[in-house]
Amino acid sequence: MGVLTQSQTAPLGGGRVLAQSAEMPQIDYGAVAPLLIVFGAACLGVLVEAFAPAHRRWSVQVGLTLLAVLLAGVFLGMHAQEINTGATTLAGTLAIGPAALFLWGTLLALSFGAVLLLADRSVEPGGAFVAESNILARPGESTGTPVDAPGAASAAVMQRSAPGGVGMRTEVFPLALFSLGGMMVFCAANDLLTMFVALEVLSLPLYLLCGLAKRRRLLSQEAAVKYFLLGAFASAFFLYGLALLYGYSGSVRLPEIAAATAGSLRSDTLLFAGLGLVVMGLLFKGSVAPFHLWTPDVYHGAPTAVTGFMAACTKVAAFGALLRLLHVAFQASSWEWHWVLWTVAVVSMVVGVVLGLTQQDVKRMIAYSSIAHAGFLMVGSITLTDRGLMATLFYLLAYGFTTLAVFGLLGLVRTSEGEATRMSDWAGLARRSPLVAGVFTFLLLALAGIPATSGFMGKFVVFSAAFSAGMGPLVVIALLASALAAYLYIRLVVLMFFHEPAPEGPTVSVPGPFTTAAVTLGVVVTLLLGVVPMLALDWASVGGFVS
Amino acid sequence: MNLLLALILLPLLGAVVVALARGNEPAAKWTALGFALLELVLAAAAWGVYEPGAARLQLSGSVDWIPRYGVSLSFGLDGIALVMVAVIALLMPLVLGFSWNERLPAGRSRGGFFALLLLQQALTVAVFAATDLFLFYVLFELMLIPMYFLIGGYGGERRRYAAVKFFLYSFLGGLIMLASAIGAYTYAASTTGVGTFDWATLRGVLSEAPLEVQVWVFVGFFVAFAVKAPLVPLHTWLPDAAQQAPVGVLVLVVGVLDKVGTFGFLRYSLPLTPEASRMLAPLVLTLGVVGVLYGSLQALGQTDLKRLLAYVSIAHFGFIALGIFAFTSQAQVGAASYMVNHSIATGMLVLVVGMIIARGGSTSIADYGGMARITPLLGGMLLVAGLSTLSLPGTNSFVSEFLVLLGSFTTRPVYTVLATVGLVLAAAYVLRLYQRVMQGPPSGTAVLDTLGGPGAATDPEAAVGGGSRTTPRDLDGREIGVLAPLVVLVLVLGLYPAPMLDVITPSVEATMSEVGVTDPVTSQGGN
Repeated sequence: MGVLTQSQTAPLGGGRVLAQSAEMPQIDYGAVAPLLIVFGAACLGVLVEAFAPAHRRWSVQVGLTLLAVLLAGVFLGMHAQEINTGATTLAGTLAIGPAALFLWGTLLALSFGAVLLLADRSVEPGGAFVAESNILARPGESTGTPVDAPGAASAAVMQRSAPGGVGMRTEVFPLALFSLGGMMVFCAANDLLTMFVALEVLSLPLYLLCGLAKRRRLLSQEAAVKYFLLGAFASAFFLYGLALLYGYSGSVRLPEIAAATAGSLRSDTLLFAGLGLVVMGLLFKGSVAPFHLWTPDVYHGAPTAVTGFMAACTKVAAFGALLRLLHVAFQASSWEWHWVLWTVAVVSMVVGVVLGLTQQDVKRMIAYSSIAHAGFLMVGSITLTDRGLMATLFYLLAYGFTTLAVFGLLGLVRTSEGEATRMSDWAGLARRSPLVAGVFTFLLLALAGIPATSGFMGKFVVFSAAFSAGMGPLVVIALLASALAAYLYIRLVVLMFFHEPAPEGPTVSVPGPFTTAAVTLGVVVTLLLGVVPMLALDWASVGGFVS
Repeated sequence: MNLLLALILLPLLGAVVVALARGNEPAAKWTALGFALLELVLAAAAWGVYEPGAARLQLSGSVDWIPRYGVSLSFGLDGIALVMVAVIALLMPLVLGFSWNERLPAGRSRGGFFALLLLQQALTVAVFAATDLFLFYVLFELMLIPMYFLIGGYGGERRRYAAVKFFLYSFLGGLIMLASAIGAYTYAASTTGVGTFDWATLRGVLSEAPLEVQVWVFVGFFVAFAVKAPLVPLHTWLPDAAQQAPVGVLVLVVGVLDKVGTFGFLRYSLPLTPEASRMLAPLVLTLGVVGVLYGSLQALGQTDLKRLLAYVSIAHFGFIALGIFAFTSQAQVGAASYMVNHSIATGMLVLVVGMIIARGGSTSIADYGGMARITPLLGGMLLVAGLSTLSLPGTNSFVSEFLVLLGSFTTRPVYTVLATVGLVLAAAYVLRLYQRVMQGPPSGTAVLDTLGGPGAATDPEAAVGGGSRTTPRDLDGREIGVLAPLVVLVLVLGLYPAPMLDVITPSVEATMSEVGVTDPVTSQGGN
């Protein structure tokens, strides 16, 4: 798989390599083993989908996926022990250094939790995805049978899925694996073309996954289409920027672009137009305002488990790639673009917080909160010091786990019509289920950045890094935004604890073992990173990106 | 085991045990009281071990937490922190005793309430004991969480609004302080090469820093402490929180939590940024005096008993700020002892007012009148608490207020004279309160209803905490037990304040030397 990618991209990767393209490039199998495992398991998953009998697919897929993620993690750990400096491999298309390994580890750990969420079938009987039998029924559905009316169709859906038994679409697992593989390549790519391919590999499965919700089909499909269309634009921007940067530097390789920006008399217009467009594509994926418009709709419409996967992992991948780009290729020109991203950070924080305050739906509120968090991450991303890199990596890790647990819990609060995401439905939840309300409050406090949670540690390390890099005013703005954002979360805490429950309010489902495991993982990590962050900080600061 | 660590962990353990036992109300209540009394014993032991005038910070201990950022779990007490810890330890059993049978909002358990109170105590002790700036910030913010649930879960009708307002004000203040803390850390890292949050190290580095650095650090801390204290433009959360909070919680808010603000001035603002403190003192003094006058006038105009208490506190915090920023050791000793005496006087006033409210079921002053005829003992208690609040000579507050005014007058005569007007106003609002609630013939709906008027039949439960009596009864044994220690302290500290002042004075003098100011006249050592 990896070899295949290489033979396609290397000739385009740079003029000089062209002459040697007949040779097999050196492959550091130890370094790319996690990638190979993830992509290999994804391909295997497709085969399982084709050949395994329907009633066994779910168990085989879940086992295969979890095993693949675990195994990739083990290989990653072994490799991380061996090297400290990092190296490029596959003819310089992938640069696997300490920072990339940290991002890979984060992605693998997060997607392990996300796969657990995807696999759960006890909260929503039969799983949160369209049943197998619905594939055949689809043409009828899309013309507007009652199933499409959100809420009105619970009975119909129940009937439809009941005869199928375990009839959950199991291709979500290989899709998630492909996406995960794309994300991993994305934050280790050493040339823009590989980065673009990875962007597509990570995005396309996500578009599909978004549209697979069993309930509220229309919302889910709308989300998928919206995400796809806007995502396609973002990819196009990225590609156009890539072309301009190639025109500027004569190469798509990050080190060569860096060399070109370091001192040349070439046209700055090409450089900054190209950089702007490429970054725009990345900011879109990271849901940074003003490129965030898809976020609330997609978070709201996609199946909750998919949203959890997307919110946690895509954020890591997008910011991983952005960090890589800024640290490796554009450090020398940072004086010119710095103020632009400075502004973007402020806009993202303000948009996320202010619009978040007006939301009446929990999922949309979390979506806006993720936009605000993207703003905080931007503060770290434009801090081009070692400490800034470490802080941003830590923040990504912390934020990912908290978000994962948040979406795990969001799926538990249900009415007969499915998930109850309207805020008013959450009134008095603490009376119905003190445990869920308590844990959710803890996660909300983590998102708000209250001490003793990972959210606070993340903010602290990012802001202190930015402060020491001379961005005092930005830090103050970010702190004020954090204070405002706290209201976002406190509002929900007030609802859950200090309001009387509505007479026909939602119930809290007893989570199955998978969801319990995923939520526990997220909560424990959130607590540990808040109280004993030393180990994670040490890992995050082993070293930077290589090129 | 370190005594100070025990002081922090014991209430924490108590909170866990009580929370687990909350299903069985009597057991939870007695366990909570047991822990609170044990904590009082520990506090007394700490007082006994403390040697005034020895090390700046005593009973200290330190463990590395996040070495990469120079953060450690460091604790230690100076004299001012010690007396504050003692005050919390003293007030907590009284608060529990007061809330023993208090009516809670429907569906709330008393065990949960007491567990949160103990948690609050643990965090508050830890805040006073922290000697690492990062740790201080962490605890400063964490302290908000139990209080948020105490107000929001157990308060009055508009408790959600009050709880959110309280939380957001304090959280915002805290975040601004975080900016300053990060700034201080960054400055230390850039000058010494080693970033640290250790209080003593930072003090050495920052006090040498250029004025502009100091001013920024000072401003951040000042906002956080001014919200907490609260000083006047940032005070608006307190009346709302006071009105909605349950009485027992209000004792903690005005008695202890708010002192974190003034304590912060003494422990952090002045020593860390001495030059900026001296430069910006006029600003703080102005806010303090405005607070004295504004709080007093507002207190005169209040129609709600609990809001009145909030404004009384705001006025007194103005006095404390005046004493701290006048930069004489007399004034600072006065201010530091005022922190204790205010806790005792206002704490008692809040408890007495709470007992009145428990009888009348209303917080509106207009609903009361002539209660002294029916409940003479309660009337007497209100008078004692009130006289201590208005600083009558012979009560504890007089000593502090006198020291503040005496000390401030030598350096800041104009501010002092203006603040003295507050004394007159204090007499006015206290006596007016006493007159309207206690004197004259029994009148007012709350009093008459409980005497057997038309309203008595409709809501007998609300009228009296325990049962359905028809007359407002006088204090019972439990209530006398709650108030008696405070009465004793009001008189003892009023007549013989030396033991407390001896503990406070060396710490204040250390602070003074850290700020780099000396007294214009020779200090008499506070006696």
